Amino acid sequence: MATPAPAQTIDLSARFPGILQPDTRPGYTGWIVDKSNLLEFASALKTELGYDYLSSLTGVDYLPEGKMEVVYQVYKTTGGPGVLFKVQVPRAEVVEVPSLMPVYPGVELQEREAWDMYGIKFTGHPDLRRILMWEGFAGYPLRKDWHEPYFEEEVKPFKSRWPEGKIVQAEGKNRFADNVTYPAGFDPENQTFKPEEALYDSLEKYQKAEIGLDTDHIIVNMGPQHPSTHGVFRVAVMLDGETVVNLKPVMGYLHRNHEKIGERNTYIMNMPYTDRLDYLASMSNNFGYALAVEKLMNVQPTERADYIRVMMAEMTRISNHLFLIGTLLNDLGAYFTPMLYALEERELILDIFEAVTGSRMMCNYFRFGGVARDLPEGTLQKVREIFFERLPRKIDELDRFLSENEIIRSRTVGQGVLTAEDAIKYSAAGPLARASGIPYDVRRAEPYSVYDRLEFDVCTRTHGDIYDRLMIRFDEIRQSIRIVQQVTKQIPEGPIVSMKPVYQVRVPAGEAYGRVEGPKGELGFYLISNGKPTPWRYHVRAPSFINLTAFGPMCVGQKLADAVAILGSIDIVLGEVDR
Amino acid sequence: MSDMYGKGILKGLGVSLKRFADTYLDDLKWLGRRYGTDQGIAHRSGKDASGIFTVQYPEEKLPMPEEFRFIPFLVYDEGPNGEKNLRCTSCGICSKVCPPQCIWILRSSDPVTGRPIPDPADFFIDADICMNCGLCAEYCPFDAIKMDHDYEQASFGRNVLNKAQLSKSAKYYESIRPANAQRENAARLAKEAARVGKAA
Repeated sequence: MATPAPAQTIDLSARFPGILQPDTRPGYTGWIVDKSNLLEFASALKTELGYDYLSSLTGVDYLPEGKMEVVYQVYKTTGGPGVLFKVQVPRAEVVEVPSLMPVYPGVELQEREAWDMYGIKFTGHPDLRRILMWEGFAGYPLRKDWHEPYFEEEVKPFKSRWPEGKIVQAEGKNRFADNVTYPAGFDPENQTFKPEEALYDSLEKYQKAEIGLDTDHIIVNMGPQHPSTHGVFRVAVMLDGETVVNLKPVMGYLHRNHEKIGERNTYIMNMPYTDRLDYLASMSNNFGYALAVEKLMNVQPTERADYIRVMMAEMTRISNHLFLIGTLLNDLGAYFTPMLYALEERELILDIFEAVTGSRMMCNYFRFGGVARDLPEGTLQKVREIFFERLPRKIDELDRFLSENEIIRSRTVGQGVLTAEDAIKYSAAGPLARASGIPYDVRRAEPYSVYDRLEFDVCTRTHGDIYDRLMIRFDEIRQSIRIVQQVTKQIPEGPIVSMKPVYQVRVPAGEAYGRVEGPKGELGFYLISNGKPTPWRYHVRAPSFINLTAFGPMCVGQKLADAVAILGSIDIVLGEVDR
Repeated sequence: MSDMYGKGILKGLGVSLKRFADTYLDDLKWLGRRYGTDQGIAHRSGKDASGIFTVQYPEEKLPMPEEFRFIPFLVYDEGPNGEKNLRCTSCGICSKVCPPQCIWILRSSDPVTGRPIPDPADFFIDADICMNCGLCAEYCPFDAIKMDHDYEQASFGRNVLNKAQLSKSAKYYESIRPANAQRENAARLAKEAARVGKAA
């Protein structure tokens, strides 16, 4: 177990005099860095102090104060608490902040997202294009003064529903052509606007091979409708024959601005919405969100609730990994037999979810200070039966079925290698990083809930190829089974929620970042409260979105067919990528 | 790494063969009771399931756990003359907590005094927007709105359900959620007893 480093052993303000102030707003932590010293500060943080892992970057719009803020979270991959720092700039049509790409290349997609959503221009970013919205989109949707067509009210509950008691249905209001806004100077009839041009231009920037024939390269678009992209995900690839020379992920086809919805919802309303982020691991999402709000409210869940939460989160991890094993084998061409073998075991876990939470996938089970309801009678018995008597041997069977298969090995061993350095560089999280040999697991690096009382190993593999990423899922399933087994023995009796269940909680002003080790990697929720019933800022650090940063570099030099397998081994869920 | 090329594939095929055989062996062991019976379904979704365990919907249906939730309904208590007394007092908490805002209530008022009376004139749930989260049922202080078990609701039109369509009897509620109903009834009786005790 990694020993957490003592909090803030180095006084940062003494080390960086003049360019750094502590954030003194009530409820806030971290540091405010001067914009002009940002790069210098970040590189010193990385090289001198060892904060090598940039976990999350996001924008915040403080409309009443006339300020915009960029919030950075950096951690050490050796564990321990991180450093939270912010850059503040006056609000404007387009604000400029230096890009951290030279120091932390893992910010690539996150800076593009902040540009897309907030209009924060990161100077020095080599490929700053919109990422979730399309190029012809007008405005920056997460800014507080941006309103969508059919905008009804700033926050829920809407007055039309209560107390007025009527509904306005959007489709009844649809008058053609007046629900779309175009940017200034944009004419939809005019053919000169080419939204994809910037994307294809960015594909042209690649390292030319030094030797070999002078051949023409072609651009191929794979997706958004393609079975191996696990949803509506598109990759634009520059190909030399069959070899990938450059690859860019294109996403946002499932974008619904989860964060804007979240900023209009009251705190409890967001819980069922988090289920729909990574819909294969709904209770991990519940977990992260509940932790963040509990941090803000300063409440602790009861002990029984903590154990139930951990049990549910680990079952979620197992079901998620089983799904990944199945779909990855589908991507490799082993059509549906391994998938169905894996899904059989997942089905038994979903049965438990249904009995406990009421739903197989959209569980909506966690509440602030505990969980929604106690385990029904007989649940623990069923869990014991499955986790002691069935799952261990079934996982072994699946392992025997797949892991020595020569076809799988020849397709995956040595393919799509992500080195340990690159994994840190591109902010890869979860199994993707651990398959590359980085023993980083939030459950151990910064233990939450009751993980510090449970025995389990942080699994790592060393090669960082597709095969290791497949096998690490088996390792992690075995560890999760171990955790669930311990929970069934240790779980105490007692209340399941530590505060009175109310439909509208009071959350004091401040900020909080709650993070958990989701099945796909570090899942974080960054919340800002201003004391109102709805959060002022609600940001999701989505692991499958950020893991895609490493997708392009991993594919360069590989065959196009292997890019499919590499994507499968990253494990993305489009509900979370696009949010 | 296996020493002989193809050994891993053979091993895997062995697993496939075993699972193929298991289905037929299990069929023989259960002698026709494996399909279409409650024990058969329980066996196929239990720890000892082996072979194929598909449930042949709609001929067979998985047993529904008590907590299963799908689309809310309004609970009414039956009066002595068969009148339907909705428990709902139109307090609006469900409408205010609903995440996708699919509940809206028409309140009624006394025709003489004009003051609101605790009985909804009409109650709507847009079932197409409802995300089955169950928060309305969880936070209702009067046990008046509960989640249903009936999931076979496919239809062609838009499903905006009104008060008449949503009302279901307390007996029905007790039949789908016996443990919950028992707990809630006990709590309600205790509360009433406490109130009577205080008044006396």
